[in-house]
Amino acid sequence: MRDDTPGLESPPPPVLSLSGAVKTFGPVVALADGTVEIRPGEIHALVGENGAGKSTLVKILAGLYHPDAGEFEVEGRPVSFRTVADSKAVGISVIYQEPTLFPDLTVAENIFIGRQPRGRLGLISRNEMRAQADRLFERLGVPIDPDRIAEGLSIADQQIIEIAKAISLDAKVLIMDEPTAALSGVEVDRLFAVARNLRDRGAGILFISHRFDEIFALTDRITVMRDGRYIATHDTAAVSAPEIVREMVGRDIAQLFPKEPAEIGEVVLEVAGLTRAGVFADIDFEVRAGEIVALAGLVGAGRTEVARAVFGIDAYDRGSVRLLGAQVRARNPQAAIDAGMGFVPEDRRKQGLVMDLSVTRNVSLTLRNTLARFGLINGARERREAAEWSQRLQVKTGSPDYAVSTLSGGNQQKVVLAKWLATEPKFLIVDEPTRGIDVGTKSEVHRLLSDLAGRGIAILMISSELPEVLGMADRVLVMHEGRITARLDRADATPEAVMHAATASMEHSA
Amino acid sequence: MSETNTKESTATSVLSADTTKTLRDEPRGRTGWSRILLGRDAIMIYALIATIVVAMISVPRFASPVTTGFLLLDVIPVLLIAMPMTLIIITGEIDLSVASIAGLTSASIGVLWQAGFDIGLVLVLGVVIGLVAGAFNGFLVAVIGLPSLAVTIGTLALFRGLALVVIGDNAVANFPPELTGFFTSKLGATGIPTVMIGVVIIVLAFGVVLHFTPFGRGLYALGYSPEAARFVGIHVARSKFWLYVASGGVSALAGIFWTLRYSSARSDNASGLELAVIAAVLLGGVSIFGGKGSIPGVVAGVLLIGTINYALRLGRVSDVVLIIVTGTLLIASVITPSIADAIRRRRHDQRLRRSLPQA
Repeated sequence: MRDDTPGLESPPPPVLSLSGAVKTFGPVVALADGTVEIRPGEIHALVGENGAGKSTLVKILAGLYHPDAGEFEVEGRPVSFRTVADSKAVGISVIYQEPTLFPDLTVAENIFIGRQPRGRLGLISRNEMRAQADRLFERLGVPIDPDRIAEGLSIADQQIIEIAKAISLDAKVLIMDEPTAALSGVEVDRLFAVARNLRDRGAGILFISHRFDEIFALTDRITVMRDGRYIATHDTAAVSAPEIVREMVGRDIAQLFPKEPAEIGEVVLEVAGLTRAGVFADIDFEVRAGEIVALAGLVGAGRTEVARAVFGIDAYDRGSVRLLGAQVRARNPQAAIDAGMGFVPEDRRKQGLVMDLSVTRNVSLTLRNTLARFGLINGARERREAAEWSQRLQVKTGSPDYAVSTLSGGNQQKVVLAKWLATEPKFLIVDEPTRGIDVGTKSEVHRLLSDLAGRGIAILMISSELPEVLGMADRVLVMHEGRITARLDRADATPEAVMHAATASMEHSA
Repeated sequence: MSETNTKESTATSVLSADTTKTLRDEPRGRTGWSRILLGRDAIMIYALIATIVVAMISVPRFASPVTTGFLLLDVIPVLLIAMPMTLIIITGEIDLSVASIAGLTSASIGVLWQAGFDIGLVLVLGVVIGLVAGAFNGFLVAVIGLPSLAVTIGTLALFRGLALVVIGDNAVANFPPELTGFFTSKLGATGIPTVMIGVVIIVLAFGVVLHFTPFGRGLYALGYSPEAARFVGIHVARSKFWLYVASGGVSALAGIFWTLRYSSARSDNASGLELAVIAAVLLGGVSIFGGKGSIPGVVAGVLLIGTINYALRLGRVSDVVLIIVTGTLLIASVITPSIADAIRRRRHDQRLRRSLPQA
């Protein structure tokens, strides 16, 4: 642990300090007191539930939002940003969860876009650019080919490239907004190594995450926000996770993963020999009523692809999907829905919801055929059903007529769940059901899944969060490179066993 | 609020069946009315009424029964084609070949009639030609997945070219007088053209399909997010395909109307009409990006443009000015919402700055 004991040596002056920042949108106060102080050579965690104001604060630091009030200093000098370029100019770089590189350009071109090293005659010097990119990756300790086209790079590699770009800009402050949400275990470890490396070279890093194990493994200090306000800053070594959670939610959260034992009934879903060339092969499994089966594995192992094939979004080459004994037509989501399936997809903004439509219209989308009589939709019944389900799931919204884009992430996820539960499914696929949502809503979602299982719904859960898998699942199927490499009962599902099967299938098959 | 609400402390208990009682508490206030009265559609209708009133006062001879008849006859082709166009633009696509389909239909029925076929059969074949042309667009856009802008620019030229091949430079004018007479006849003394009955039925049919059926609900979702639409079982390709078929069919009807109203089948009938249709649809509040729009708004948009054009023509304004006016209106209708939004935001910011403690 780093020595932060007061008295011995006073801490270095902060490289960035924001205090009392206010930002409002219409009647909505997104940030009432945005306060954070980042020192050079530290990794600083920013935590809070969704809607606590973290994203707004980051956008102010990035120059995307202009605060209505508050003090903002970089290296002791007051600053005021009008654009993202202003923020970059003083040395602040933001690495987003899913970076947006130019897919047709090479890695090196992406790093140096708009400021390519010039050679003679003022033309771009490709050799110089490549050499500089190589040096950057060497410093980061990550081998990436600078001549590779950016298209098809993993999210993890794209983040590294963004970091390389930030370093090449002499960034003094690096902000990482939930960088690990879409990464697998190994990729997270590599990212952390890079972050520590940068810290040791004197950069200040602001790290935003919902994962406590990561926060405690990586950071030096933690700033907690709640309801748009600054709550406290702690030395990481001096606090515990429960203390932080209490500050985040303003209350105690009993338990995070409360799957209760449910009566396991008949086989609901039966998948046999499902194969799609080059993506997944020979997938066999069944899910029984009342059971939660988790599909674990690294990102890219083919879990989501299997779920999409089962639900009929994508085609498959061989195999069969049966629901309650009856064959489900391939490549036809409507047939899957009619048979009694539901699918809460991983990307709720692109796949789960139509962001510009109202809460009511989103919930009624799955019901649109059943709501119709003589071919016409009964508007009163539509509003009633939507109100009923959003109320049951405690969706917090000003009005059911508001677009879902105005809701917080957790509430959006509840709308996705509401629209599927309203179809009264017999089998539900939930893909990363708690990704990017706050602790309070997370435990609500877990309680809900547990309750649904208790009502005899068969659930297939895809999750990259090990504690969630271990806490919620009755059985764990682990996938590696398109195949199921382990089937573990709840009792046998240890973190080691799951990670082992997910990463090293060879040794495990013995 | 009733006592049952107190039970809803956790998601678990909320899911139990007994809480369905709380549904009666659902607020169903009058907020809906003010929304309707101040909505985009309503504003278009006010603008239409205001235009009509101004025209009646300031344009001599506008306030006469003849006006209704001519004005409506003028807008019918645009109004008809605007219906499927609205649905297509809501899904985020476009169909630029509509006027060419109308022209191809016009040319074909002229040639078929001259070849001695029964007039009933000729009209049916005309519609079939439109449906086939629409299906061709639909196949390329929905099934193959090509961009609709490129496809329909291509078929705009293709269908117009076919029309020219079919009929050449000729015009066929000798349609049965009782039929052409019917197409310009009025309902008694009202001055309303008899064919408006059919037009109203088509408009209502599209309105019902868009606003009250599961299919229509799907189109909005599709326009905003095709990916999310697939996840709720909407058949993206199939929906788009049938919209293009409908567009072809309705364009053929507009072509038939055009031919029989002017009693002239020519290859260049209705040329350039696609831009008038798209202008009216956008003016009527449909978003060119998809997902937004309504049939009442589009009907008001079509009538508004039609009224302004007719009034200006009565006032002896030249055609060049007419085109400029239509273009200006279209641009104004597109930028007005964003200007209103910017003003609202600025006002809010000022109020906020004043309310903050001065440091």
